[in-house]
Amino acid sequence: MPTPKGIVAYAAHLPCHRVRHADLAAALGTKAGPGARVVASFDEDSTTLAVEAARRVPRGAERPQAIFFATTSPAYLDKTNAAAVHAALGLGTEGLAVDLAGSARSGVGALLAAAATGGLAVLADVRTGLPGSADERDGADGAAAFLFGDPGQAIAEIVARVSVTAEFLDRWRVPGEPAARRWEERFGLESYLPLVTEAGRRALKEADVAAPDHVVLSSPNPLVIRRAAELFPAQVPARVPARVPAGIVAGLPAGKAPGHAGAADVGLGLAEVLDRAAPGETVLVLAAVDGCDALVLRVTDRIERGRQARPVSAQLAAGRAVPYATYLTWRGLLDREPPRRPEPEPPAGPPSARSQAWKFAFTGSRCRGCGFVHLPPARVCKGCGAADEMEPHPLSGVRGTVATFTADRLAYSPSPPLIDVVVDFDGGGRYTMELADAAPDEVTIGMRVETTFRRLHTAGGVHNYFWKVRPVEDER
Amino acid sequence: MSAEGIKDRVAIVAMGCTRFGEHWSASADDLLIDAVGECLAAVPGMGLADVEAFWLGTLGSGQSGLTLSRPLALDYRPVTRVENYCATGSEAFRNACYAVASGAYDRVMAVGVEKLKDSGFSGLTRMDPPGDGTAPENTLTAPAAFSLLDPAYCARYGVDPGDMRDAMTHVAWKNHANGALNPKAQFRSAVSKEKIATAPLVAGRLGVFDCSGVSDGAACALIVRAEDAHLYTDRPVWVKALSLTAGPGRAAMDADYDYTTFPEVVRSAQDAYRQAGITDPRAEISLAEVHDCFTPTELVLMEDLGFADRGQAWRDILDGAFELGGRLPVNPDGGLKSFGHPVGASGLRMLYECWLQFRGEAGRRQLSDPRLALTHNLGGRPGACVSFVSLVGTEPG
Repeated sequence: MPTPKGIVAYAAHLPCHRVRHADLAAALGTKAGPGARVVASFDEDSTTLAVEAARRVPRGAERPQAIFFATTSPAYLDKTNAAAVHAALGLGTEGLAVDLAGSARSGVGALLAAAATGGLAVLADVRTGLPGSADERDGADGAAAFLFGDPGQAIAEIVARVSVTAEFLDRWRVPGEPAARRWEERFGLESYLPLVTEAGRRALKEADVAAPDHVVLSSPNPLVIRRAAELFPAQVPARVPARVPAGIVAGLPAGKAPGHAGAADVGLGLAEVLDRAAPGETVLVLAAVDGCDALVLRVTDRIERGRQARPVSAQLAAGRAVPYATYLTWRGLLDREPPRRPEPEPPAGPPSARSQAWKFAFTGSRCRGCGFVHLPPARVCKGCGAADEMEPHPLSGVRGTVATFTADRLAYSPSPPLIDVVVDFDGGGRYTMELADAAPDEVTIGMRVETTFRRLHTAGGVHNYFWKVRPVEDER
Repeated sequence: MSAEGIKDRVAIVAMGCTRFGEHWSASADDLLIDAVGECLAAVPGMGLADVEAFWLGTLGSGQSGLTLSRPLALDYRPVTRVENYCATGSEAFRNACYAVASGAYDRVMAVGVEKLKDSGFSGLTRMDPPGDGTAPENTLTAPAAFSLLDPAYCARYGVDPGDMRDAMTHVAWKNHANGALNPKAQFRSAVSKEKIATAPLVAGRLGVFDCSGVSDGAACALIVRAEDAHLYTDRPVWVKALSLTAGPGRAAMDADYDYTTFPEVVRSAQDAYRQAGITDPRAEISLAEVHDCFTPTELVLMEDLGFADRGQAWRDILDGAFELGGRLPVNPDGGLKSFGHPVGASGLRMLYECWLQFRGEAGRRQLSDPRLALTHNLGGRPGACVSFVSLVGTEPG
């Protein structure tokens, strides 16, 4: 049964840092193959990754009326993380924003919810494993977002869907624990195989597809991926990006890449297929998490104009290595001596609410009289003195140039030194902000930067979300 | 900007200043009692009861006038506590001067104190009101904020970074050498240029020797009507100009601002020179005590105060222009760099050096016949700050 809405746009986001498997092996005295693990930086969490993917989705004129945010690593409980995504996209107050937080199956849940009602499905995760674990080595952090809307505008449609559910212990985690526990993988395989087989066959039959062109396989159990790839082979060979890190996303060379990105996994796999699928081709999505969800999608003629700007394969091939000890520190698994400086104060509720457009959507103000741009927004113009003559000036999509810079080795930071740059934004506006994803010796006056939504720190149980800049990669 | 200046309307007739440093065994109360005691002892027959009103400057070592009235057991006198970032001590002095000039009081005291070494932290800490967590000041430390001047200055004037490093090193070297001659300074030893240049980094290219001393201390001044000054001392110090500017914060948002100047300093210097009738500061000023919180700050201040041409301060510094024997000695007492920077006391400490120099009591760093001195005190950081400039002299008129 086709869903009422189709995918009209999509984007994936992989964080830029990589932990080399060789470094893991050297530190832990274990064996590990070549490749690297995609890791979120210290200032990224599932919410910031979700924002980075969601803001890359071309929205056209229409505002998504709903955001379904799936993750297994929610930054907050008892507070809607999707609300921060909603705010960062500058959507005002209109519409639904809801979390589907729990297991990796929430990823499919978000896709199906958005497919039913329209809106944005955002799948994001930071997957943490204990040192030496398979999750640490083979997991992945990342996000993908899919905008569902008018089937006439769709780049892909869901033409069939089958879900089956079963209760068994394959992978689980008690709230508060840093990493999941797993039963013996072969028990999970035995439990999953009939479910995957049934869901896959029924969905293909429903879609009247004999053999799908592409297959996206997603499961936290790596044995399931291997067997399912044999049961449901893709007709179009998966493209192997240059230097594929082992342990990435389903959809990439099945069987060779048993990595898992939690709730984002199925989304990253689907995005990677949409990066390269041809019009008319079919995609079988098999997501085996506590049951199995099988979707059959058909790619439309609009795909060529709807592909994301930076394919998953290109994002995978990029990246910068981070030392294993630094990564452990980022995840709180290595408790390092803090600087002799006070920890930052938590952001306060009322000021953060008053400045929502600034803090979450990076919207300053611009004087209607003289054009002077104020970051943060101001009521009285610093250019001409006019009072209350301002209009909002959104800058989250605007690039800038570094005017001057420093590396602060004294400041409290989860990953010192803290690099700050004075940024002059194209078209007006200057702000002093942190530079992410860079080392001090890479910064120069005149360097081009782009905005990125990050978590500056967490204090008093409150996450301080705000914007940073990062080096522009595609502008020379 | 003041329409009417304060020239020769009030005078300093006594001062006190504790040694600056890590006073683990002294509280803010102790430092206040010691500084005020030294000041009053300089005027025979003068007691606390003779002082009609007090202005107390402290950034974070106490709130309200009670911070002074309680330890000194003042007899129900008016005490105003003021705060203006690192210009707090100057702000206490400025308000005390205006109170006398207004005719409301004949004898007042400006007192500044800071007890920084009880926090257990490196550098200054902040006490910001609850906020939205987006202000760069929340995370970026003071040395980092001032280190923004270094690459910007090099880029603006095409200065080789190595030359700039040498100039910053020279500032620290000079101020340490001066502090070595000052028994009240926190750091009283000369430091080699090599040690300064290769010190562990704090922020940007600033090493630990590029940063002012974090210290405890107190200083104070007794201020009276100009016409009464000779009743208290034969060598009063005459206040020639007081100027304070608080910036609009435009520079931090303005791409036209290039991080090689403090607009607030330029304005306060112009205003002070106008009040004092100074047309050629380089020729007329005998010594300057400036806010050398970090070495590039002193460099930029030389240009903002008119002591060097734009883009040339680094060269003048290397040429020795601002050394004790140079054409305009800057920070003869060692400055914030080696005298130390107990925030609320620093502005008054600068005046204390002028006081000593004018009286010929500056010991081994004594300058020859100084007549006119400038103090400059800065609070905040490049982009948005407050700036204070005073001029004081040995003669009225």
